[in-house]
Amino acid sequence: MNLLVILVSVVFVNNFVLSRFLGICPFLGVSKKLETAVGMSIAVTFVMALASVMSWLVQTYLLVPLGIEYMQTIAFILVIAGLVQFVEMVIKKTSPTLYQALGVYLPLITTNCAVLGVAILNIQSNFNLIETLVNGVGGGLSFTLAIVLFAGVRERLETAPIPKALEGFPIAMLAASLLSIAFFAFQGLI
Amino acid sequence: MNRLWKDLTNGLIKENPTLRLVLGTCPTLAVTTAVFNGIGMGLAATAVLIGSNLIISLIKKIVPNEVRIPVYVVVIASFVTVVQMLLKAYVPALDKQLGIFIPLIVVNCIILARAESFAAKNPPLNSVMDGIGMGLGFTLALVIISSVREILGAGTFFGIQLFGASFKPALIMILPPGGFMVFGLTIAAVNRLTAGKKS
Repeated sequence: MNLLVILVSVVFVNNFVLSRFLGICPFLGVSKKLETAVGMSIAVTFVMALASVMSWLVQTYLLVPLGIEYMQTIAFILVIAGLVQFVEMVIKKTSPTLYQALGVYLPLITTNCAVLGVAILNIQSNFNLIETLVNGVGGGLSFTLAIVLFAGVRERLETAPIPKALEGFPIAMLAASLLSIAFFAFQGLI
Repeated sequence: MNRLWKDLTNGLIKENPTLRLVLGTCPTLAVTTAVFNGIGMGLAATAVLIGSNLIISLIKKIVPNEVRIPVYVVVIASFVTVVQMLLKAYVPALDKQLGIFIPLIVVNCIILARAESFAAKNPPLNSVMDGIGMGLGFTLALVIISSVREILGAGTFFGIQLFGASFKPALIMILPPGGFMVFGLTIAAVNRLTAGKKS
C-alpha cells in the first residue's frame, strides 16, 4: 500500500517536471517531436531506476559507514556518469537497434537534474531499497508522462499562428504552464 | 584590459545565460518564488562558476581530451560541496529554502557549458571574468523573475509587505504554473526588446 502511495505521489501529485522543476532542460529540448520524446523518456526511466538503486547502495554501504556523507554530491554524480557510460556500452554490445534509437540521448542524461534529484530525494526521504526502486521507476514514469503529453501539444503549436516575440521558447513555457495547472487536479489524490 | 572588460560584461546582457541562451532552467523556475531565494541561488552558482572556471582553465593542458567531461564534473562537484557546507554553516535559512537545488548546481548546464566553451580555451584571468559575468547575468535573471513572482504572488518584496491588507495576492504566481508563465513572458519581452535594437 505504501509503495502504491509513493508511485501515485511521484507520478501525478508531485510530478518531477511539472511541480518539482526537475529535468526541465530535456523536457524543453527534446519535446518537439513525439518520437524523440518517447525515446528520451525510455532512456531516462531506465537510468533513473538504476541510479536510484546504485546511489542508495553507495550511500548505505560506503558513505555512512565511513562517515563521509558530505561527499554525497561528488559520489552520486560519479555514480551517475559511470552508470550512463556503462549502460551505453551494454546497449551498444547487446542491441544495436536499441542503441541507434537511444544513442544520442544517453550522454545527455548525465546532466539531467531529474536523475541526480531522484537519488538525493531517496536519501532525504529515508526510503529503504524497495521504496527507492519504486521511487526511481516512478520518477522516470512521471518524466515520461509529462514529456509525452507536452510533445503532443508542441506538435500542434508548430502550425499555430503565434506572435513573433512568443515564437519558440516562450510559447512552449506558456503551454507548460497550462499543463502544470492541469496537474493541480491531482493534488487531492493523496 | 579591454578584453577582460568585454569577457565580464558579455554574460550580463548580450549572452545572458538564462534569458538569451536559455540554460539552467530548472533552478530558474524552482527557486524564484522569493527574491531572497533568487539572489541566494544566483550568488551560490556564481561562486561555483568562478571557482570551476579558474581551476579548469588552469588544468586544461594536463587533462586528456577523452576524459575531460568527467574531470570537469568532479571539479564542479567539489566546489558545489564547498558552497553547500558554507551555506549550511553560515546561512542555514537559505540552505533550508533552496534544499535539493544546492547539490543540483552540479548539473546546472550553465556551469558545464562555460567550462567547455570558455574556460577550456581561455587563460585563467579571462575565465574568472567570464565566470563573474555569467554568474551575475544568471543572478540578474533570477532577480527579475523572482521580483515579478513575489510581488504578484505574495504581495511582498524581499519579505517587506508592499500593499494594504485588502490586497489579495495571486497565489498561482508562486506556484509552479506561475514560474513557467513568468519565465516564458520574460524571455518574450527580452526577444521583443532586442529584436527592435537590430532593425
